[in-house]
Amino acid sequence: MTDIRVLSTTEGSFDEAGAARFAELLANEQRVEPTDWMPEGYRKTLIRQISQHAHSEIIGMQPEGNWITRAPSLKRKAILMAKVQDEAGHGLYLYSAAQTLGVDRETMFDQLITGAAKYSSIFNYPTPTWADMGSIGWLVDGAAICNQVPLCRASYGPYGRAMVRICKEESFHQRQGFEILLHLMRGTDAQKAMAQESVNRWYAPALMMFGPPDDDSPNSRQSMEWNIKRFSNDELRQRFVDMLVPQAEILGITLPDPHIKWNEERGHFDFGELDWSEFHDVLAGNGPANSIRVARRRQAHEDGAWVREAARAYADSRTEERVAS
Amino acid sequence: MTTPGDSGGRETWPMWEVFVRSSRGLSHVHSGSLHASDETMAVRNARDLYTRRAEGVSIWVVRASDITASDPDARGAFFESPQGKEYRHATYYTESDSVPHL
Repeated sequence: MTDIRVLSTTEGSFDEAGAARFAELLANEQRVEPTDWMPEGYRKTLIRQISQHAHSEIIGMQPEGNWITRAPSLKRKAILMAKVQDEAGHGLYLYSAAQTLGVDRETMFDQLITGAAKYSSIFNYPTPTWADMGSIGWLVDGAAICNQVPLCRASYGPYGRAMVRICKEESFHQRQGFEILLHLMRGTDAQKAMAQESVNRWYAPALMMFGPPDDDSPNSRQSMEWNIKRFSNDELRQRFVDMLVPQAEILGITLPDPHIKWNEERGHFDFGELDWSEFHDVLAGNGPANSIRVARRRQAHEDGAWVREAARAYADSRTEERVAS
Repeated sequence: MTTPGDSGGRETWPMWEVFVRSSRGLSHVHSGSLHASDETMAVRNARDLYTRRAEGVSIWVVRASDITASDPDARGAFFESPQGKEYRHATYYTESDSVPHL
């Protein structure tokens, strides 16, 4: 694993006035900016979280890119291309945000293609049917939005600003996915069955995107104290289920959980336990598509190396010409 | 003085800062940054990255390493001058509060 090269001059040094200022910023709900002193733990947590988030966007292009050539109409193809292009953009916004913390992009790319860095385990599930484009939009992007809207208020300025941009673009993703499923559910019996089968596969993994239950999420408390995380994993998961149930009714789709039931007392829907052994297994690299996702990214990166180097050589030669003349 | 976003030339492509004018009559505003080998590619990449939904009518790019910024550690002293000079604001002159059109 490549070590993160921290460029900031404030690294490692403890600055009493800086620490007081940092505490004051958090207490007043203000933003921390790249040039402010920050605890090393805060910096490292953010580098890890933002770069993992960026990797997820980049890897997230693959399950959907898989369907661009086979989208059922020109309209759906154009929409899917726009969506995949957005994921690339989101990855780039986030890599830039991470760079303000002192990690360079080549290091992050390295960590992704060597498998040293993690990304959201949801992208290690395959997309065998067209309905999966609907499920990813409705369930996966839906869960992502639930997670990301509170991150717009994350205490680290560049991260919050990147998230504002991302959230604006993300709502189209969820709506287009819902519409794919809606159209399938208005179609033939085979189309309805395809939609239902797809939702059956994506429902639980989407719920797991919020991370392990609160009592098994050791880093959550610190992230909440730093105003990076605003709501607990279980709170966000509950919020998501409460939104999904009425949406599933409109679709006429059954959520694959017999325990979903309105709880009058709590004012929320109850739902069943998730299989966390599966979550940890996929996260550990044993998901259906882990190796193919990273291998494809590595190949694209390595195959593109000559283009990056040639463009750089051309730019350098032009600079030399200008200096010489 | 410091240079924000300069990673010391270790990347294959340098970093650029992007400024987008959203419509005529408004200033170019900082949108974010990107990597590109030269200024032509930077402008094209900026279009693809920051104006996918018609957010702009004009783009500026500038090499991050060409930006000079005020020293963040000296901001107290550097921005001290306006402190206590409330008389530079119209709101300082309260005796005219009740006078119309003033």
